[in-house]
Amino acid sequence: MAENNVIVELKNIRKEFPGVVALNHVNMTLRAGRVHALVGENGAGKSTLMKILSGTYASYDGEISLDGKPVRFAHERDALEKGIAIVPQELNPIPEMTIAENIFLGREPLKRKGIINRKERSRLTKDCLATLGLDYDPETKMWELSVAQRQMVEILKAISRNSRVIILDEPTSALTGEETRQLFAQIELLKKKGIAMVFISHKLDEVYAIGDDVTVLRDGEMISTGLISDVTQDHLITMMVGREVKDIYPPLQAAGTEPLFAVEHFTSKGVFEDVSFEIHKGEIVGFAGMMGAGRSEIARAIFGLDRHNSGVITMGGKPLRIKSPRDAIRNGIAMVTEDRAAYGFVGVRSIKDNIVLPNSDLFSKHGILNVKTIKEKVTDICKKLSVKAASIETLAGTLSGGNQQKVVLSKWLVRNVKLLILDEPTRGIDVGAKQEIYRLIAELSASGIGVLMIASEMPEVLSMSHRVEVISDGHIIGELSRAEATQDKVMKMIVEGRKQNEE
Amino acid sequence: MKSNKKQISVASIYRKYGIFLILVLLFAASAIINSNFLKPQNLINILKQISVVTIIACGETMLIVSGMIDLSAGLVCTMSACFSAGVLASTGSITLTFVVGIGLGMSAGWLNGFLITRYKLQPFIATLAMTNIAEGITQIYTNGQAVSGVDKIRFLGQGNIIGIPMPVIVMLLAVAAIAYLMKSTTLGVHIYSIGGNEKATIASGINVNRSKRIIFTISGALVGLAGVVLMSRLMSGQPSVGAGYEFDAITAVIVGGTSFTGGIGTVTGALIGSIIVGLINNILNLLHVSTQYQLIVKGLLIAGAVIIDVKTKANKKSA
Repeated sequence: MAENNVIVELKNIRKEFPGVVALNHVNMTLRAGRVHALVGENGAGKSTLMKILSGTYASYDGEISLDGKPVRFAHERDALEKGIAIVPQELNPIPEMTIAENIFLGREPLKRKGIINRKERSRLTKDCLATLGLDYDPETKMWELSVAQRQMVEILKAISRNSRVIILDEPTSALTGEETRQLFAQIELLKKKGIAMVFISHKLDEVYAIGDDVTVLRDGEMISTGLISDVTQDHLITMMVGREVKDIYPPLQAAGTEPLFAVEHFTSKGVFEDVSFEIHKGEIVGFAGMMGAGRSEIARAIFGLDRHNSGVITMGGKPLRIKSPRDAIRNGIAMVTEDRAAYGFVGVRSIKDNIVLPNSDLFSKHGILNVKTIKEKVTDICKKLSVKAASIETLAGTLSGGNQQKVVLSKWLVRNVKLLILDEPTRGIDVGAKQEIYRLIAELSASGIGVLMIASEMPEVLSMSHRVEVISDGHIIGELSRAEATQDKVMKMIVEGRKQNEE
Repeated sequence: MKSNKKQISVASIYRKYGIFLILVLLFAASAIINSNFLKPQNLINILKQISVVTIIACGETMLIVSGMIDLSAGLVCTMSACFSAGVLASTGSITLTFVVGIGLGMSAGWLNGFLITRYKLQPFIATLAMTNIAEGITQIYTNGQAVSGVDKIRFLGQGNIIGIPMPVIVMLLAVAAIAYLMKSTTLGVHIYSIGGNEKATIASGINVNRSKRIIFTISGALVGLAGVVLMSRLMSGQPSVGAGYEFDAITAVIVGGTSFTGGIGTVTGALIGSIIVGLINNILNLLHVSTQYQLIVKGLLIAGAVIIDVKTKANKKSA
């Protein structure tokens, strides 16, 4: 019976790039009305496989069959026409255009040649939205929508093409918990319509929540494929990384007792209010909370990337005036931002130039750079953080996510930072590099640096903090010590939304 | 992976030396095509002809690499030429001539930078406005007439040191100075990173607005200097000469391998780009090809340079 609802079958797929085998002997079967989770570390070959299925890569070995017949897609349009659509991780809608314009871009309903039938387009869009029970106005501009809503529009675009296979590449990476639940509800609807989906995600709890089948890739090899109910989460992780990852988090030394940094009554109207907390020397304070709760916003304001309305920031008891990152850096505060590509580094410049950028005060005299010191210091720090690159002249943009993050950390660690703010320091980084970064954070705190750590993955923030501040709706709603902090407690606080630490 | 790396290096070698290879090939071809080409006087003339535009191109390189542009350079250069001519004619002071010429360029540059950083105008718009202002001021001052009486500055326009004309020496000094600035100073690091990723530069604690004003002011000083050199070459302040120099300068910068999307490029590249344009014009002249056709060649050259820019970047992305 199961054989009957097979839509797509990938058999023995092999893809080579010059000098490297990206995929080898990969099999995968997509069935109607089922979600097939595709998991693996970064660089395992997930994207490559999906690019083959969606027609981006036309040259590969092996066979793809659609409804039992072998097919070969020459380009993306080919795959689209045959009913295979991909919703990329980085959405790129045209923000100035409406939902209707975006969905029907390139295939607008026409009155006659060259003249668009706008009414018809609006109507079709409305119908399309209705299939998923959404009541957005088709003439809403894309920029007015939230990320989750844009995601839905992107999925609708695929549905409106009568796609039978929809590939979702990390669709939840930018969504809040609530939005993720909404998305999953829509996915359930799509399943009922008999659509086959590929679901790529790093978040294994989601994979278990929504997946029916699972395929694990590691270094281009297919490790396993089958029913998700047949594998435990631990086993899945072991298959992904090829080693046990129990001790991914290093032990933390006890935090210092000497006060280092504090904010009081910190407020940015409409974003966060009356935020007060302190960090001791050598202490790691974690911000736990849902995405959109204001965690990043508080951190960005401390670092001067965003403005704040009122409140006092003190370092070593001395009040600071922070209006720009420049002010923060001068006072020993550094920040690794959430969006690495936008704020973290300059992709078209070398590792060396990126590390020099915030440190020209250390590396120059009267505005003239000291080439020798730069080379020594940069080589040193790269070695210390084991940045893997051909040389310090390698362009930062060509490095892997983990190495890029190490370069961003290097930028700050060549100076005497007193407080390091880390906003999602391990996002988009594979497990190996994550481990190295955790170890580094532990070392830094042991050396007396204060750390403010923000992470969406609860185990990460709980394991890597001495103390956890629970943030919800722009307020600190409670504080938990390392010993008290469990996922259940944090979730309970967020759900109940009240202070629990005043008992 | 290995061969991918190779691809990157081919692209980067091209970016580094490709333009120089083209220059060498062009030079060889020109020498073969026309026997007059290799005469020292002809070669020196080429350099002399490109000197004013190349000095402007030094500033445009800094601007384009940092993701900006100056459309007013040509007419600000004209303004500097006319005013410095007037000052020289009335006071006879060479020092004052330079101070006024360069000072006017600097002021215009600073004002461009101010509009861009204080009011967040696009450099394109701000400098477009400045173009009109500079032209208006020049017309008011000169009444459309050439400003003469500047014999005292003959040494700059006509003189030479060991056979190398003064304008060429000034040009080479300007190139050397800006090359040093971009490579070896903190401002240089800021120029490249602002163009490469402005947000990340701000997040690295750089006062980007201040850097932009400084970049525009230095570029303006070069435009002013170009004005004085232009005046001394023409032995007068000509209100109708200089318009369009900004585009010649931008052409040299782009042909020289500077990326219009920012973060990549060198001033020595701009010098080579400028020489290539000068060389092509020269050989077409020697072959008696009319200027109309020369314009078409220049247009194709710009398009070709940008195609190469895009192609080398595409290589990098796929790697």
